[in-house]
Amino acid sequence: MSLEDFAATIESGMTVGIGGWGSRRKPMALVRALLRTDVKDLTIISLGGPDVGLLCDAGKVRRVAYGFVSLDSIPLDPHFRAARESGSIEISEYDEGMFVAGLRAAAQRISFLPTRAGLASDVLTMNPDLRTVASPYDDEVYVAMPALRMDVALIHLNRADAAGNGQYLGPDPYFDDLYAMAADRCYLSCEEIVPTERLLDDAPFQSLLVKRMYVTGVIETPRGAHFTSCVPDYDRDERFQREYAAAAKEPAAWESFAETYLRGDEARYQSAVDQRSN
Amino acid sequence: MTMQCTRAEVCVVAASDSWRGAGEVLAHAVGAVPAISVRLARLTHSPDLVLSDGEAFFMSDPPPLGKTAAEAGTVEAWTPYREVFDIVQSGRRRSMMGASQLDRYGNQNISCIGDWRRPARQLIGVRGAPGNTVNHRTNYWVPKHSPRVFVEQVDVVSGVGNDRARAAGGAAARFHDLGVVITELAVFDYGPDGALRIRSVHPGVTVEEVRHATGFAVDASTATETRMPTAEELRLIREVIDPMGLRAREVPG
Repeated sequence: MSLEDFAATIESGMTVGIGGWGSRRKPMALVRALLRTDVKDLTIISLGGPDVGLLCDAGKVRRVAYGFVSLDSIPLDPHFRAARESGSIEISEYDEGMFVAGLRAAAQRISFLPTRAGLASDVLTMNPDLRTVASPYDDEVYVAMPALRMDVALIHLNRADAAGNGQYLGPDPYFDDLYAMAADRCYLSCEEIVPTERLLDDAPFQSLLVKRMYVTGVIETPRGAHFTSCVPDYDRDERFQREYAAAAKEPAAWESFAETYLRGDEARYQSAVDQRSN
Repeated sequence: MTMQCTRAEVCVVAASDSWRGAGEVLAHAVGAVPAISVRLARLTHSPDLVLSDGEAFFMSDPPPLGKTAAEAGTVEAWTPYREVFDIVQSGRRRSMMGASQLDRYGNQNISCIGDWRRPARQLIGVRGAPGNTVNHRTNYWVPKHSPRVFVEQVDVVSGVGNDRARAAGGAAARFHDLGVVITELAVFDYGPDGALRIRSVHPGVTVEEVRHATGFAVDASTATETRMPTAEELRLIREVIDPMGLRAREVPG
């Protein structure tokens, strides 16, 4: 399907999970497609990076549930920081392990998973809805991490077939399979759609991460994770990320950045990225 | 004969000593001095320590500072992020984390400054601190010791302190284990009441200086002087582990 067809399925008020990790293999072309719509009041569930920053800046976010929001080589996304410091978004800040427990619970369709992480910390204060659960076997009490169930999940992988069988070729699957299972609908973008019989030409069985029964639509988006990393296809574009982070701190610079990169379609974005490299 | 060495090298060796007796566990080290210290520990007194490249691999030789498995070294295990949280919960791990704020009972904040609903300064978030502190030994490294870091009360409890763990009891306290806090001035541990106390001050630093830089009263009745690096430790730090001198960027002078 096309980026535009994908974007048309997203409605205001939805809960949207975004795969990847920090500034790594984020479905940035799908995020850019969302920026071009008029959806708003989204709840974003993400181990966040520039996906969260861009959506916050565009005024599309009501709440972010996260384990962190980081650009990896830059500790914090400046748009997210600005949104927090201006009070324009609500948050559910979790310990990273709690966040993963929430994904696992959602993928399993159970309402919570017990975890030790969070006990006695201010994560419980910052999330007044969080409850603990008493073990039926002994006297232990754990945090009952609620399922992070989502309407839609967006993930980006190196390869997929047209049916939605997704493949990662880098060293880390992150949690993209859990996102796919935790959502009512999952949209998978990839560097290249290949015939099913070619998936294992150059990669082991273990690289087949996502199964088609969890995937609603496949979108071929070459360099679709840019400027985050998508190894081994490409590394993070550190120079571009530095430009993004610097521009985000200054309104005039941001206006220029947005005009150059974000006001057209994906083809214009990719062409602007190419022109910049020369 | 007096050995010439920098404050950063004293800190590296103090941090290295904090890994003694850790056994065969994953060493999680945030910051240059902790990262150097764990490699030093591995090459000297703690050969069983497990070291990661900071990404998805464990390395059978100490990886070069700041390099991933793809760039150098021998991979001994595959550990994508999802497995890190399993390791945390297994307890076979020990952390040395940073702290934007730290109080007398070792409550640590890296989340934000001010009211979390609308922070004056958003920081990196609680990250893994809540899970780390209730699952395995956690130490802290503070390269700029000041009353802004050592505060009466942290704004957000990210890492759980001794008072909070004891008050909660049960699963919160079962594996809670704060070890030491190392700064560019001193090494702290925790007294029987769970409060920070000065274990040692670094050569050239006075107890008064440490007290002055600490935003709450701190016991110094058993304070000694931090030991100097050995000649072999200095050689390993300077020639093998950190020839680029990253330690001096974290602790100048």
